[in-house]
Amino acid sequence: MSNLTKEDVIKFLFFLFIVKPFIFWVLGINVRGLEKIPKDKPFIIAANHNSHIDTLILMSLFPISQILKIHPVAAKDYFCNTKFREYIFKTLVGIIPIERIVTRQSKENIFRDINEALKNNHSIIIYPEGTRGEDNTILEFKTGVAHIAKMNPDVPVIPVFINGPDKILPKLDSFIVPFISDIYIADEEYYDNSSTLSFTHKIKQIIENMYLEHKKKETL
Amino acid sequence: MGSIYLTDNLKMCVIILYISLIIITAGAYVLKFLKKDASNFITRMKSFWIIVILFTAAFMFNKAAAVFFIMLISYLALKEFFSMIPTRRCDRRVLLWAYLSIPIQFYFLYTGWIVMFYLFIPLYLFILIPLRMVVTEETEGFLKSCATIHWGLMTCVYSIGYFAAYLSIPNEINPAGGSVGLLVFILLLTIFNDFMQYLFGKIFGKHKITPKVSPNKTWEGFWGGVFSTGILSVCLYQILTPLSILQSAIIGFCIAIAGFFGDITMSAIKRDMGVKDTGALLPGHGGILDRLDSMIFTVPLFFHFIAYDFNIGILN
Repeated sequence: MSNLTKEDVIKFLFFLFIVKPFIFWVLGINVRGLEKIPKDKPFIIAANHNSHIDTLILMSLFPISQILKIHPVAAKDYFCNTKFREYIFKTLVGIIPIERIVTRQSKENIFRDINEALKNNHSIIIYPEGTRGEDNTILEFKTGVAHIAKMNPDVPVIPVFINGPDKILPKLDSFIVPFISDIYIADEEYYDNSSTLSFTHKIKQIIENMYLEHKKKETL
Repeated sequence: MGSIYLTDNLKMCVIILYISLIIITAGAYVLKFLKKDASNFITRMKSFWIIVILFTAAFMFNKAAAVFFIMLISYLALKEFFSMIPTRRCDRRVLLWAYLSIPIQFYFLYTGWIVMFYLFIPLYLFILIPLRMVVTEETEGFLKSCATIHWGLMTCVYSIGYFAAYLSIPNEINPAGGSVGLLVFILLLTIFNDFMQYLFGKIFGKHKITPKVSPNKTWEGFWGGVFSTGILSVCLYQILTPLSILQSAIIGFCIAIAGFFGDITMSAIKRDMGVKDTGALLPGHGGILDRLDSMIFTVPLFFHFIAYDFNIGILN
């Protein structure tokens, strides 16, 4: 922690004084299974995605001392379309931009930044759906998360189901209405040397099971 | 808007409350030491300590801090309620209006503008909520949505607002305890009633009152709560209130009955929504509404009992 940059300090203060109080006091979260997140090794969080709030909630789950080691993977075409947006999101949230359109040239180094972060003991948050779903639906999963897990077989993937942010800030709306969110954290999964397709399917299955468990609780 | 007047009686009562809390907590740890299962009770006590300390701190300084504290409670309760009920996507703006009514309502309470406090939620929001909702032209589930949102406002903003309304009662009416004394009196009685109903029900409970709504409630627990609350009321009335002994006995019984109904009303709502607790803010208790359920009925009731008895209310 000796070589802190200005950007690191800004991110740290942003989460300590703005994001965390906002998530815990203005919105409120209800977490189940927080102890399943490893404390001293890198991990990949794979979650369903309905709202920008998802990222802020997931990043608030960790102790503030770890915040500089968490990076959400974000769509380059959306978050980095201007230099200003790129600077803001990289500084405040610490995103790792990723190309959503894979070309022959980009295919090799598309995961380069992510692999490097995981090697440096940093953790990532990824939304395998690749975009935000509407009305609390879970879309088809892209296989990116399985490719990352395959390249880093000793890093666990932690499936997470989030319910609520689609009400707080839906995809097609621009103002926030406070609600309490539910977060379900599942046991860690390692890449099992099957195909990337079946591993992706397995992760999706776990998240959908948590979704069904939540629904069952709602209609008791 | 100055500081809050705390009488010596009130201070003594708060000190006794803290001492009895320490004794109960120590008792819980003794049970734990004797290898009895008291972990749930200990988590409950820990949450309870935090509530009591926050409450004391908020009411120690000035009116602004106390009203602000109650406003935060009201916000947390309303958020819990809105997260619990099914809401329509098209009502997002309506819900935002409902949230915005909280600072307005507490502004009226802070300035002591009691008439507006009485009217704002029951009348103005009753008109404004459907007014904003009808603009979206979504008629499916319209009445249900209007009704649930207004119910949430009435319980979480209007009723909880009465906590702060006590500060507008003139201190001269109650030389023994001051305006805060009346609030402490009703809160002590309500919590004591909850606890005694639970305790008597646990020890003697046989005949269920409301098997469908809340299977834990029994006639034995109910009567135990009513009589012990009446007794506590008679013990405390000289210290904290200007009431006579007969009035205090009557109000003790009324509070016990109202508290019981507040409790089972919230149970019925939870059962309707298919949830066990309204939230998870207070470990061991559940949500903030689980703790406030009986006070939603008793606190306004006692306020109007005092207002009626001492001719305060709509005109000041």
